[in-house]
Amino acid sequence: MPSVLPLGDPAPSNGLLPPQVVDGAADRAFGLYVHIPFCAVRCGYCDFNTYTATELGGGASQDAYASTAVSEVKLAARALKASGLPPRPLRTVFFGGGTPTLLPAEDLARILGAAIDEWGIEPGAEVTTEANPDSVTPESLALLKDAGFTRVSFGMQSAVPHVLKVLDRTHTPSRVPQVVQWARDAGLAVSLDLIYGTPGESLDDWRYSLETALSYEPDHISAYALIVEDGTKLAAQIRRGDVPGIDDDDHAAKYELADQLISAAGLDWYEVSNWARTPEQACRHNLAYWRGDDWWGIGPGAHSHVGGVRWWNVKHPTAYAGRLAQAVSPAAGRETLDAETRNVERIMLEARLVSGLGIESLGEQGRHAVAGLIADGLVDAPAAFHGRLHLTLKGRLLADAVVRRILPD
Amino acid sequence: MSPMARTAPVPAATDPAIIRNFCIIAHIDHGKSTLADRMLQFTGVVQSRDMKAQYLDRMDIERERGITIKSQAVRMPWELDGTSYALNMIDTPGHVDFTYEVSRSLAACEGAVLLVDAAQGIEAQTLANLYLAMENNLTIIPVLNKIDLPAAQPEKYAAELANLIGGDPDDVLRVSGKTGAGVEVLLDKIVRDLPAPVGNPDAPARAMIFDSVYDTYRGVVTYVRVVDGMLHPREKIQMMSTRATHELLEIGVSSPEPTPSKGLGVGEVGYLITGVKDVRQSKVGDTVTNLAKPAAQSLSGYADAKPMVFSGLYPLDGTDYPVLRDALEKLMLNDAALVYEPETSAALGFGFRVGFLGLLHLEITRERLEREYNLDLISTAPNVEYEVTLEDKKVVHVTNPSEYPTGKVAEVREPMVSATILAPNEFVGAIMELCQSRRGVMGGMDYLSEDRVEIRYRLPLAEIVFDFFDILKSKTRGYGSLDWKADGDQVADLVKVDIMLQGEQVDAFSAITHRDKAYAYGVMMTGKLRELIPRQQFEVPIQAAIGSRIIARESIRAIRKDVLAKCYGGDITRKRKLLEKQKEGKKRMKMVGRVEVPQEAFIAALTTDESKDKAKK
Ligand SMILES: Nc1nc2c(ncn2[C@@H]2O[C@H](COP(=O)(O)OP(=O)(O)OP(=O)(O)O)[C@@H](O)[C@H]2O)c(=O)[nH]1
Ligand SMILES: C[S@@+](CC[C@H](N)C(=O)[O-])C[C@H]1O[C@@H](n2cnc3c(N)ncnc32)[C@H](O)[C@@H]1O
Ligand code: SF4
Ligand SMILES: [Mg+2]
Repeated sequence: MPSVLPLGDPAPSNGLLPPQVVDGAADRAFGLYVHIPFCAVRCGYCDFNTYTATELGGGASQDAYASTAVSEVKLAARALKASGLPPRPLRTVFFGGGTPTLLPAEDLARILGAAIDEWGIEPGAEVTTEANPDSVTPESLALLKDAGFTRVSFGMQSAVPHVLKVLDRTHTPSRVPQVVQWARDAGLAVSLDLIYGTPGESLDDWRYSLETALSYEPDHISAYALIVEDGTKLAAQIRRGDVPGIDDDDHAAKYELADQLISAAGLDWYEVSNWARTPEQACRHNLAYWRGDDWWGIGPGAHSHVGGVRWWNVKHPTAYAGRLAQAVSPAAGRETLDAETRNVERIMLEARLVSGLGIESLGEQGRHAVAGLIADGLVDAPAAFHGRLHLTLKGRLLADAVVRRILPD
Repeated sequence: MSPMARTAPVPAATDPAIIRNFCIIAHIDHGKSTLADRMLQFTGVVQSRDMKAQYLDRMDIERERGITIKSQAVRMPWELDGTSYALNMIDTPGHVDFTYEVSRSLAACEGAVLLVDAAQGIEAQTLANLYLAMENNLTIIPVLNKIDLPAAQPEKYAAELANLIGGDPDDVLRVSGKTGAGVEVLLDKIVRDLPAPVGNPDAPARAMIFDSVYDTYRGVVTYVRVVDGMLHPREKIQMMSTRATHELLEIGVSSPEPTPSKGLGVGEVGYLITGVKDVRQSKVGDTVTNLAKPAAQSLSGYADAKPMVFSGLYPLDGTDYPVLRDALEKLMLNDAALVYEPETSAALGFGFRVGFLGLLHLEITRERLEREYNLDLISTAPNVEYEVTLEDKKVVHVTNPSEYPTGKVAEVREPMVSATILAPNEFVGAIMELCQSRRGVMGGMDYLSEDRVEIRYRLPLAEIVFDFFDILKSKTRGYGSLDWKADGDQVADLVKVDIMLQGEQVDAFSAITHRDKAYAYGVMMTGKLRELIPRQQFEVPIQAAIGSRIIARESIRAIRKDVLAKCYGGDITRKRKLLEKQKEGKKRMKMVGRVEVPQEAFIAALTTDESKDKAKK
């Protein structure tokens, strides 16, 4: 969760949703996101809504967190029902952070268990947790598997010590193959997160990180260009000149290298920053975000979306716990999207996917822009002839620019 | 020494014999307005407690920049040997852009106080204004100012002045506008030495208009000097050039606040209010007469101020165009030197081509438009006016480079100036080098004193009007001064350089330059644009061309990455808001073909080093 919340409308204290969310709900998948706002240390580049024990003044809130989260699960179930939504079993669950695995596996299991009690879960559902390499053991992973988790996503980031150092990562490179093996042994699918373009990272450093990650044969890889977020320690370091800045051309070259090596290793891209070994191993929870499905986000600062209504919870864990202690919805604000905005979001999100967009679904300006996009090498010509807008490799790197060109002014 | 006058002569009943009309002329900053302050104070028209420095510089822009832009006339009483006299003093601007203001003021006077900074000596506008005064047959009182300065060299500069206008160095008065030393002696000398105005009180009225100013409350206020006869309130007057008639609603003198009077008689200087709304109906240089008893012959007027440099003014926000149009209309009411006509630019939209007296005039006008009318403006690189003769003998006047004819050009003529440069003799070599490199032809050189020379050159206006003065200053360690005036035109080997983005010509960047300088302009502009225009999704070639011949090229590499890689944990709202912001940003871009050029890039590219803050010359 990013640390700044949007400005929106007020949200009702009982979590009730406007009637429009019921339309077509039966056809939309339902998922759950669980935010765990704790980390052992704060990485210099990270602006997610997460806190160290010291920042929160002791471990008390961590101990009580599972109970608080479970109470939001219950509130969510009540609110969805009271809003007239049909009962829908969970198709995907995603525990993200922060560092979910900083909590005891039992706590994560408890929250998941409470959610399954409320909604049930689809056979073959995808249940993921993010994890830092130094926050799991063979035992904790086995416990997660038993509780119903199917997938773990490790924040590997890099295999190069000096890069990990700039990123403030606490794990050693050798820890990664170990935890990957443990997850396999526990029967969990494995994804690795990588970051490229860190100040001081050479193209060869990046190649080495990619080759190393691929040598562990993950089922899935996310590779993110480093974003220097306002207000982070990294931003201050760059401003002061303590570390060099980042460079878009360097990022582009590294993205191209990533796509080349990851594809060669047998994984296919399916979203700008994501590659999966088989289509089934794509992260279905993330795809739900891009496709505009329904999900409820549990936890401080978590975002939710149901049928064109988006809302977000209060940011701070203490404020969040306070709301739930009074049985009040922790939502801080929400927005109800009109048809036009929903369409803008659909175009903005679907353009990033390998499945692309139907050209006939674009407005007039968008349809007219296609020829220019083909000429500039950003959109695949044969697919366009069949009515689909698919980004080329070059187009993926300029996806936001493409979206601006196909949206009405 | 004279005391302050006990009784002031009353307007309309003042014998011309006790009137003295003079102006204060000098090089810029030699202290005219400060000396005027002391006169206002010593004659009692402004009380000490109301005094403020450069009292007559009333416009905000004059006060901020510490320079005079408009002449101001003030009537002051002064007593000498028991007689009360009426002095009309006109404080004039010193900057070369406003020389025409000086020449108008001179026509209302019999004498001029030629002021010279005792620490600087004679400078270029000292000479220029002196010659103007001599052409008008004025009696000249040479005065050294700022004698309180430790760096003052009164002996040396008194000799220089005496040498210039003839006479004895001992006759050169020494004053300090700052301390007031010598100012009363100067007032006495004005009364003694300057001739009284002469005119026929019984003849039909004739008054010369030497200034016309628009005032929101009073309409047009017209400043006149009466030559013959008498003007009274409520009577019908006629403008002799247009035959337009008006009723005199008010007549009076500035003292320095407007003070209505029973009329104005021979030799008097004052103002008229007729209720007209446009200064052009009360034209500077015109003669006012009485409708009932009109004069047969008008006084000889002066030539209209002629615009020298032209620039396109465009509102940053296209919807401000009507605001700009109204604002120009209003400014023009007060500034007869301002000319403009609408024009359109493919790159900048709707705007106006505006003619100015010089860069300072441009800068001040632009600043007033922005400040007083709350506008954000882009001004295109200034240029002079060319006369292009085509092979079919058709003649076109080009004030906008993008209108330079594309057909067969037989001949191009460019405006010329005669320039006078004053500097210590050690800089002669450097100055000659500079003038030569600007296609100048030397006209002559004189020693004003042992170590100071006057160098005369004939130069193309386009070569001196922009950065020349700054270079001169730096080559003479600040000691050089420059004056110029229009001096015909000449045939020149000029070409139009176009700038193209991705093959698309950008009209706002076209320039007319001498063939030898075209390459330098092309390299400069393409290089600048490469820095200023953000990378696009495709490579953008930038070319400079004369006709179809490319003389310089640069290219902006295509941007390779424009995508937010990270998924913000389902915070789609943030992503959408970011997109909306980017789309808004795109709307503020000017499109040149497919190339998105931010307005800031246009502004920066058009802000030549020449047009940056050249307030003082
Ligand atoms: N020390 C000293 N400074 C003076 C004197 N007279 C004027 N100054 C200073 O010289 C500067 C210019 O004075 P102004 O009176 O504005 O000069 P000006 O000739 O009216 O200038 P323009 O109207 O712009 O041509 C100001 O900083 C004055 O304070 C003087 O007698 N002694
Ligand atoms: C929610 S984070 C947390 C996962 C886990 N706590 C960890 O750091 O390993 C998920 C991923 O986002 C990526 N990420 C976080 N901050 C980023 C940034 N500023 N720029 C690019 N990627 C970032 C990292 O790859 C990280 O693994
Ligand atoms: S461990 Fe992960 S969530 Fe925590 S600070 Fe680092 S990157 Fe952010
Ligand atoms: Mg002045």
